Amino acid sequence: MNIIVCIKQVPDTTEVKINPQTGTLIREGVPSIMNPDDKGGLEFALQLKDKFNAHVTVITMGLPQADAILREALAMGVDRAILLTDRKLGGADTLATSNAIAGALRTLEYDLVVAGRQAIDGDTAQVGPQIAEHLDIPQVSYLEDIDFDGNKTFTLRKQTDDGYQVLQMDAPCLVTVLASAVKPRYMNMRGIVEAYQREVEVWGADRIDVAEDKIGKAGSPTSVMKAFPKSLKPAGATFEVSAEEAVDIIVEKLKERHII
Amino acid sequence: MDFGLSKTEELFLQMIREFAEKEVKPLAAEVDEDERFPLETVEKMAKIGLMGIPIPAKYGGVGGTNQMYGMAVEELSRVCGTTGVILSAHTSLCCAPILESGTEEQKMKYLPKLASGEWIGAFGLTEPNAGTDAAMQQTTAVLDGGDHYIINGSKIFITNAIYAHVYVIFAMTDKSLGNKGITAFIIEKGTPGFSIGKKEKKMGIRGSATTELIFEDCRVPKENMLGQIGKGFGIAMKTLDGGRIGIAAQALGIAQGAMDETIRYTKERKQFGRSISQFQNTQFQLAELETKVQAARMLVRSASYKKDNGIPYSVDAAMAKLFGAETAMEVTTKAVQLHGGYGYTREYPVERMMRDAKITEIYEGTSEVQKMVIAAKLLK
Ligand SMILES: Cc1cc2nc3c(=O)[nH]c(=O)nc-3n(C[C@H](O)[C@H](O)[C@H](O)COP(=O)(O)OP(=O)(O)OC[C@H]3O[C@@H](n4cnc5c(N)ncnc54)[C@H](O)[C@@H]3O)c2cc1C
Ligand SMILES: Cc1cc2nc3c(=O)[nH]c(=O)nc-3n(C[C@H](O)[C@H](O)[C@H](O)COP(=O)(O)OP(=O)(O)OC[C@H]3O[C@@H](n4cnc5c(N)ncnc54)[C@H](O)[C@@H]3O)c2cc1C
Repeated sequence: MNIIVCIKQVPDTTEVKINPQTGTLIREGVPSIMNPDDKGGLEFALQLKDKFNAHVTVITMGLPQADAILREALAMGVDRAILLTDRKLGGADTLATSNAIAGALRTLEYDLVVAGRQAIDGDTAQVGPQIAEHLDIPQVSYLEDIDFDGNKTFTLRKQTDDGYQVLQMDAPCLVTVLASAVKPRYMNMRGIVEAYQREVEVWGADRIDVAEDKIGKAGSPTSVMKAFPKSLKPAGATFEVSAEEAVDIIVEKLKERHII
Repeated sequence: MDFGLSKTEELFLQMIREFAEKEVKPLAAEVDEDERFPLETVEKMAKIGLMGIPIPAKYGGVGGTNQMYGMAVEELSRVCGTTGVILSAHTSLCCAPILESGTEEQKMKYLPKLASGEWIGAFGLTEPNAGTDAAMQQTTAVLDGGDHYIINGSKIFITNAIYAHVYVIFAMTDKSLGNKGITAFIIEKGTPGFSIGKKEKKMGIRGSATTELIFEDCRVPKENMLGQIGKGFGIAMKTLDGGRIGIAAQALGIAQGAMDETIRYTKERKQFGRSISQFQNTQFQLAELETKVQAARMLVRSASYKKDNGIPYSVDAAMAKLFGAETAMEVTTKAVQLHGGYGYTREYPVERMMRDAKITEIYEGTSEVQKMVIAAKLLK
């Protein structure tokens, strides 16, 4: 079984600051980490490696410094690491990002593609599902658990708003994973010692199977008009009351604030 | 010497800090309070390879550097002094002498299980009447027939003893030769005539099981002799040179942990309408302490660097331990002071850190012994 995990390097902060002039993230001084949901996905992949001897590849699209999260993945136990980096890929929105990654995946063998649910910086939760669409493979998002029959069928538990669903899906397919679903393993010492002796494959845009106008700035239909920090919403109040009482409380609150 | 960290060391620090924070710190207060050896932590450390960092891959270890090993002890001790010394005694005092003085058969027999953490190691040199004066060994080993030694005597204050499987111990094979009559042996748990005695109740590092080792007509196969006959004292001294890097790293970690706590606390605690970190006294104390902690770190790193590169490091290790231990004691004492009454209670970790720090001035050679080592080199 071949598993490919898509990982993204993100700034380690819940308080992302944005440059008001350019509307882009200020990354200086903020340590970079592997996106937490992706680390969860990587853990599931490594568990499948432990159980079924799966071959696990990680791929990231990013700047050369994204090498750090690939080394971390190697130290956690993956077999192969690919860094997709090229000026032609710069300025990508989610569509161009997913097109580029799908382009790389077309040149690789896979039974399972794993992505995080969402990146803590971009936060769109779009890239994973888009990759599945580009590759025309089935997908299950918001994964909490995964098992494999040893042949070609995965049994998956998916988180939903009010509980969970248990689903089955045949390879090749894609899942997106929640960080909260699983505790990722630590890098192991042998892996750490060897991480920088092993190879990280560096791929340019010419190495992937996708049309030039689908990647980078050219392949990005969205552009950022304005970026601003979200103001924190105050915590809401919860009342466990009957519908009639609820109406009274709501009307009261609206009056209090001179809304009605 | 390169003062920066290599990329590999950076990756390692990222892992060990997260491990210490998530797996070790939450247990530290309980391990201390209940005098409980944290076996579950040892199992977790074993799983990721921490029990065999400087052991070559050929013997089942990681093939890492002494620098990384020191960093591991530092980061563990930063949150729990007990966990730091468990790793230090295992690695420096048991794995290292077997690696450095063992035969190929002994290395193949013991190191893979020690490096994987399946077995824990211990070291028995100290006796009731042989502390600083370690040459005054009273434990005896007498040849019985051609292929066994009979060991009689006892060792005290032995770290990890209850949970260890392998012990490097020292005994007199010929009293008339003084320290040239001391020989090292590898003892396995369960050897007839070998037992564990009373457990000490201690001021600090209370989770590290410190006990007596008792030998009553303990029959040990001759193959278990470590190094040559009569060379035990040299093996012990060489082992302690390396061990001092571990204890210096432990002291450094405890000091750093107390700094972490104190910086946080002084920013939060308000008196006279402002946080106590705004008083110049607090600021100057923190500045002085931080400077000493950094200096201690440089000494530890420099000693490890020399060890890794085959440069004599014995005096460097003595200086790192002397200064590290004194820094740990000073930082933790002042950390308690800066916490006021709260620092004197077990609600705050600096109380434990101050108790843990004290031992670093005593074991593996007291501070006085380190001064003797340093002065001897100067006046040679
Ligand atoms: C402040 C801000 C400014 C931006 N500016 C621009 C801009 O100027 N122009 C523009 O076009 N776009 C811009 N973007 C969008 C940015 O390019 C997206 O962050 C990116 O395409 C990935 O989307 P995402 O972070 O929402 O990932 P998500 O869709 O939330 O990620 C889901 C999963 O997809 C995978 N994944 C995502 N990205 C990668 C990757 N690079 N490599 C490997 N796997 C990956 C991971 O598994 C991840 O967990 C901006 C975003 C922000 C927050
Ligand atoms: C918690 C703990 C764990 C330990 N773990 C181990 C272990 O795993 N294995 C092991 O073998 N041992 C271990 N020890 C023993 C430790 O190494 C000794 O306690 C230490 O070496 C000091 O010996 P002592 O206690 O006999 O003190 P003493 O030698 O009696 O020293 C008492 C005081 O006299 C001073 N002094 C002694 N001689 C001189 C001198 N010539 N000049 C100036 N001052 C001098 C000392 O510095 C000290 O201040 C441990 C001890 C403790 C408390």
